[in-house]
Amino acid sequence: MGPPGSEVRARSNRRDTLNGSESIALMPTSESRIKVKREGAIIEVFFRDRNILDEANIQQIEEEIRSVIELEKNPKLLINFTDVDHLSSAALGKLITIKKRVEALSGQLKLSTIDKQIYDVFRITKLNKIFDIYDTADQARATFK
Amino acid sequence: MNGANSPQQYEAFDSGVLRAANRRDDIIATEQAVMDAIGRHGYDPASQFAIRLALEEGLVNAFLHGHRGLPEDTSVTIRYHVSDGDVEIAITDQGLGFNPKNVADPTLDENLELPSGRGLMLIRAYMNAGVHHENGGNTLVMRYRKHTEDGDGSASAHTA
Repeated sequence: MGPPGSEVRARSNRRDTLNGSESIALMPTSESRIKVKREGAIIEVFFRDRNILDEANIQQIEEEIRSVIELEKNPKLLINFTDVDHLSSAALGKLITIKKRVEALSGQLKLSTIDKQIYDVFRITKLNKIFDIYDTADQARATFK
Repeated sequence: MNGANSPQQYEAFDSGVLRAANRRDDIIATEQAVMDAIGRHGYDPASQFAIRLALEEGLVNAFLHGHRGLPEDTSVTIRYHVSDGDVEIAITDQGLGFNPKNVADPTLDENLELPSGRGLMLIRAYMNAGVHHENGGNTLVMRYRKHTEDGDGSASAHTA
């Protein structure tokens, strides 16, 4: 263990034991809720959760995605829904917020790999009209300008 | 499947009353209990998806809207009844109630980019046997009827 504020402690998500008593790392201890893959100019985001229902997780997902695109000029963001089994209307709301942010940054947002049941939720709420949705990530990538 | 030794002609069901506060583990425990009951009565994956989504949206609405301004640990009551043919779930909050007619249609063009307001609409879309409010809006009642197979005509357990 290094002294408080050291890089080792900063990256740790575990509680450290210091002098026999527990202390909590000063960095946020929650794990990332997304995985980010960069391919050229395209930022591809995957979800770690199969069920995107928990309000706190949804909030964290939004914050993490925003921090990924915030420093980009004209971000090309692809959100890949592989393995997502459930999502709630709160998650849809956050996707709208992300879409607006991408647009404000003059970027592009595409969604891909949404299974039929989840796609029905987009269709019923008519959000399939405002999002650019593709069956596969490859199809989505091909359409970024 | 009625033979000479058919079981009693009553319909087996699972029911219960649960309490949940606005904590993720309460919500998970509630969903688990209801989904377990549904699992015991042969609902297909599409039905399970529908019921789980509606239940989640109902709970979130109860806490987010129903309990606005109330202490965080104010609980909602969830009453459920699951049989081989249908599911009924009633969620009661302790708020001031509301008029569901006042909820704007989130699918209108002018509302499409709003970040919220879709919960009730999704509940109505997925709970195929009706959704209504009671107790001045404090209780949300939603019903789901299992899709029955055509063919042999004996769709329910009540075949004489």
